[in-house]
Amino acid sequence: MEIVLAIAIGVLAGSGIWLLLRPRTFQVIMGLSLCSYAVNLFIFGMGRINVDSPPVINTDLATDPNLYADPLPQALVLTAIVIGFATTALFLVVLLASRGLSDTDHVDGRENRQ
Amino acid sequence: MNGWMQHLPIMPVAIPLMAGAFMLLLSDAHRRPRLMLGLLSIAAQIACAITLLGMSGGYLHSNWPDGVGVYLLGDWPAPFGIVAVVDRLSTVMLVLTSLLGAATWIYATARWDRAGVHFHPLFQFLLMGLNGAFLTGDLFNLFVFFEVLLAASYGLMLHGSGRARVAAGLHYIVVNLVASFLLLIAIALIYGVTGTLNMADLAVRAGQLAGPERQLFEAAAAILGVAFLIKAAAWPLNFWLPAAYANACAPVGGVFAIMTKVGIYALLRIGSLLLPTGAPAAFGGEWMFPVGIATLAVGTLGLLAAPQAERQAGYCIIISSGTLLGALGMPGVTLTGPALYYLITSVFALGALFMLLEMVERTQVFGADLLAVSLEAFDIEDPEGPGRSDDVVGVAIPAAMAFLGMSFIACALLISGLPPLSGFVAKFSLLSAALQTSVTDTPSPAAWTLVAAMLISGLAGIIALGRTGIRLFWSSEESITPRLRISEAAPVGTLLLACVALAFWAGPVMRYLDDTARYLDRPTSYVNAVLTQNSSRVSEPGVDP
Repeated sequence: MEIVLAIAIGVLAGSGIWLLLRPRTFQVIMGLSLCSYAVNLFIFGMGRINVDSPPVINTDLATDPNLYADPLPQALVLTAIVIGFATTALFLVVLLASRGLSDTDHVDGRENRQ
Repeated sequence: MNGWMQHLPIMPVAIPLMAGAFMLLLSDAHRRPRLMLGLLSIAAQIACAITLLGMSGGYLHSNWPDGVGVYLLGDWPAPFGIVAVVDRLSTVMLVLTSLLGAATWIYATARWDRAGVHFHPLFQFLLMGLNGAFLTGDLFNLFVFFEVLLAASYGLMLHGSGRARVAAGLHYIVVNLVASFLLLIAIALIYGVTGTLNMADLAVRAGQLAGPERQLFEAAAAILGVAFLIKAAAWPLNFWLPAAYANACAPVGGVFAIMTKVGIYALLRIGSLLLPTGAPAAFGGEWMFPVGIATLAVGTLGLLAAPQAERQAGYCIIISSGTLLGALGMPGVTLTGPALYYLITSVFALGALFMLLEMVERTQVFGADLLAVSLEAFDIEDPEGPGRSDDVVGVAIPAAMAFLGMSFIACALLISGLPPLSGFVAKFSLLSAALQTSVTDTPSPAAWTLVAAMLISGLAGIIALGRTGIRLFWSSEESITPRLRISEAAPVGTLLLACVALAFWAGPVMRYLDDTARYLDRPTSYVNAVLTQNSSRVSEPGVDP
């Protein structure tokens, strides 16, 4: 379980960083999205990985903390998803504006002169 | 302290939030109500910030132990609830933000707020993010307020649109998004290791870690430090800054002068809390000092090489970050007080410089402020559209050229640290404190390095700004006497007068800041105040404490 999650985070972050360093704005925004998935999974993993344990205390069950998942990282990850989503949407607008103003999708707003 | 006064600590966040939200309900066509709302909000923020400064500094009555006021949001006691903490450091930053915000806002109302949509709400949200970042006592909320101020700054950065602005804004947004990811990774790691996000609780628990947990914590702190250093524009994480700041419109560049200081503030705050248990590398002298010196060197070289006055102003910001990082990276607390004084001076001076440069530009025929070679080499085209401002209408102030010239000289003196203004007091006290830090009679090599780097950067500042001044004011054959409005000239004049006042009352200000430095050196009062603050709720039946 841990190794699968770790590999998933690693693959997402690695591809995200590679795409971030590419010269096209579309690649950059894909890279940012992949990186944000990796970060969100990482935050989730920091609450320890539990199977079949609810994050909210169920009064029918015992109140032993071991039976429950840590709810805080789940709340944090929700906030991070919302903020990441909003900033990515904003970046998309800037990307389109840059495309419209400069007639190129290069991140510098102009093609490299060969 | 009952009634409304107990809610004062959260007001610097609540006021701009409400004002900005109300402004969104009014369309851009309702300019006058928006202006009134903005004026009210900014005046209220200044009043709140100064009252809080008085209360935490002991000038006004408060029942805060050791000047640390803790506000429990939702009335849950720390570390389970979220806290806002008012102390000597955060109130200084609040006052600085509100004054700079007021000056740049008044400047913007003359013309720039009409260059695009929603300037006023974005400006209020930027102030909200800044105030919140200074007030919060919780690591995750620090991230949230960072995002609030960054989201607003993305909008403001692009205000006025245009090709250069959008291209620079694109880079600015990507760099800051990546920095936010780093911040999130660090915060998650810290939570995973210590199980807390409350900064005061963190200070306690970090000391109890040992072995691999401590190592993991150090790694998390290093990532956190990198995220803050990106915000603080430390080398090699600062290549985005000159282009972004130079292309932002003038009042936005002015208010951005405090944005890098948020990173410095975060480093100082977390570093102070973690200090008793051994600060991790990024927050102590091991890394902060060399990074600061490198930033200072790169800023100095960039300042000498920059072709445009706006870019020079951007490099001045990098120099001020480098000086602060270098000074705060020195051992002991003797440099912290002078460093804070330098921070206040440089924020005022750089804020004024950004606005001043735009006014000076109006005197120029295009291209006169550039070296002829750089026009060709850097492929700079004549900008058109909202960036140019020949059609200013309104009350013009007399002797505009004299005002611009004197203000430019004042800015240059402040930035390079020459007498008689507060820049000199700041640099002089930094240098003398640096030479006194060592326990032995001879100052340490680090102290000499800092002294040399600061003096060289001051010399470079005088050379570069002197050259720009000659080019802008003396060498141009045809210059247009600009029409300046009072609402444009007054903010710049006020910021510069604030620096004169800082030099005049340097004694009391420095005493306050030295007290702040000593307070930061023993964070137990902060930690105790946060962790012992009781909720005012009467315990109800059924609510288990």
